[in-house]
Amino acid sequence: MARQAAVSVRGLVKRYGEVEAVRGIDLEVAAGEMFGFLGPNGAGKTTAIKILCTIAEATSGSATVAGHDVNTERSAVRRRIGLVFQEPTLDGYLTAEQNLRFHGELYGMPRRLLRERIDEVLEMVGLTDRRRDQVIKFSGGMKRRLEIGRGLLHSPQVLFLDEPTIGLDPQTRASIWEYIASLRERQDITIFVTTHYMDEAENCDRIAIMNEGRIVVTDTPDALKSSVGADRVQIRTEDDAAAIRQLRDRLGVEAAMHDGMVTFSVAGGAEFVPKLFATLPLRIDTVTVTRPSLDDVFMSYTGRTISDAQADGSSAFLRAMAGRR
Amino acid sequence: MTEQTQIERTEVREPEARPARRAAPPLTPRGVGHEARAALMVWRREMIRFRNDRARMFTMLLQPLLFLFVMGTGLSSVVNTGGGLDFRTFLFPGVLAMSVLFSAAFAGISLVWDREFGFLREMLVAPVSKASIIVGKCLGGATTATLQSVVLLALAGLVGVPYHPLLLVSLLALLFLGAFMLTAMGVLLSARIKQIQAAMPASQLIIMPMMFLSGALFPMAHLPDWLSLLTRINPLTYVVQPMRAVIFDHIDIPPAARAAFNPAITWGGWQVPLGLQVLVAAAVTVAILSTCVALFDRTD
Repeated sequence: MARQAAVSVRGLVKRYGEVEAVRGIDLEVAAGEMFGFLGPNGAGKTTAIKILCTIAEATSGSATVAGHDVNTERSAVRRRIGLVFQEPTLDGYLTAEQNLRFHGELYGMPRRLLRERIDEVLEMVGLTDRRRDQVIKFSGGMKRRLEIGRGLLHSPQVLFLDEPTIGLDPQTRASIWEYIASLRERQDITIFVTTHYMDEAENCDRIAIMNEGRIVVTDTPDALKSSVGADRVQIRTEDDAAAIRQLRDRLGVEAAMHDGMVTFSVAGGAEFVPKLFATLPLRIDTVTVTRPSLDDVFMSYTGRTISDAQADGSSAFLRAMAGRR
Repeated sequence: MTEQTQIERTEVREPEARPARRAAPPLTPRGVGHEARAALMVWRREMIRFRNDRARMFTMLLQPLLFLFVMGTGLSSVVNTGGGLDFRTFLFPGVLAMSVLFSAAFAGISLVWDREFGFLREMLVAPVSKASIIVGKCLGGATTATLQSVVLLALAGLVGVPYHPLLLVSLLALLFLGAFMLTAMGVLLSARIKQIQAAMPASQLIIMPMMFLSGALFPMAHLPDWLSLLTRINPLTYVVQPMRAVIFDHIDIPPAARAAFNPAITWGGWQVPLGLQVLVAAAVTVAILSTCVALFDRTD
């Protein structure tokens, strides 16, 4: 029997007054998958994830998480999911351990199990020696790790991470992702993550690109990048002008000089390289093949880069949200 | 609540078809026991924070001492109690109530901070009812506020109030009730007011008149009708008056002074018995709590 889907969404719509934050999304996430929502701020990622976590109500459409309906079986869903929000939700005046205990008690974990899990989780996020320190003394990365650990404390089936690395320095970001990856090796868990960092989305098994409240496309990062088509190849040769000429004559590839190198686009760049060496009768000093980035993917589906979208991202939606606070 | 109970029931019927997985959620106890545990944990958090916050304890204590010994002593030279009653003895229950009420109300609006620092969300997304969280929070605020009054209570002898065990227990119980009411009121404020800059003055705006109209600081005999009516509408009156009544029960005091400084509360000429007064305060507290639960937004 196939495992039930961890997350299943049908025609989900969320309206805030006039503004449609989520405009009908459909989605299926398999158990054990690491799934990512990628898109600029204001694309509707957080709103969608909030509905899945039962903290916002859908205007229309339905969704099940861990086999339970998010509209009608809230507490059943809540017991089976872990949440890590964009904004910190720790009590700085409690110690790391006290924060975890608070969580476990509210989730009704059996006492003995709770003690074990607190030890396990602290070990897992590398905070065992700081367990009795007040959280207010922790660095941003440590707080984030503690929050992720707390999200896992009650052994959820699905862990939701909303922009887990927002506001962290690149080094800490990298270590948080390393940590999330290692988590999947240790636990059978579905991870649902939102991000607007392209490089972070690469960590996911599958990505849904969101733009203006809709899912534009869903696929693996590799498939998405292949769908853009061409890789970029840059070569340095003993005679660049001759190389450009021969690329055109013998291989039918239009090349030009960029960054001081002979540059051209070709599908399956890596496979093209042997052909290059076999065909060009001149010395090639260096070859660089660049796969298209997810930013190229985003651009090819939406006609703008994620940073462009971010720039006019303080759109009507964000303003409407700010007004609601 | 009913909706939730129903969900639990359908879950019990559902066969556990899921294969055993490491990540399967442990069978968590549900129902009343779980809710009580959650409330207790919220209460414990208030205790932990209180223990770590010595500064709050200290400042909250200073203000009532000022009222009792500075204002009380100063006023006692002007106020004629007709002999047989130290004005500070009269003032003592009022000052006790006052100290508790301020800290209780602030404990209630600390929920605005909880929201600002995100911890409110951590509480609200847990699989427990809002009621458990709010009750836990109010019990926590009431407990810390009552604990702060213990120091003041220890000074009772200085103003002629005897250390009779039953008296002390009654006073503590009444203080707890009043503190519970005011914490709930603070929580109610923070259900709607989201900025701490607004919540502070708003709570002052509510506590001040409540305190003045409770007879905490001046006797309620011979008040003009409009003022007398307001004191009887004020729920706090039904905490402060019983406190003074139990103190006066335990000291020797001329009947005339008692009539002037602790007149019975009357509704249309009918003397409201002490037990009913306490009941009124308790009922108002429950009403405020229910309003809190109704008003609090799950998605906050």
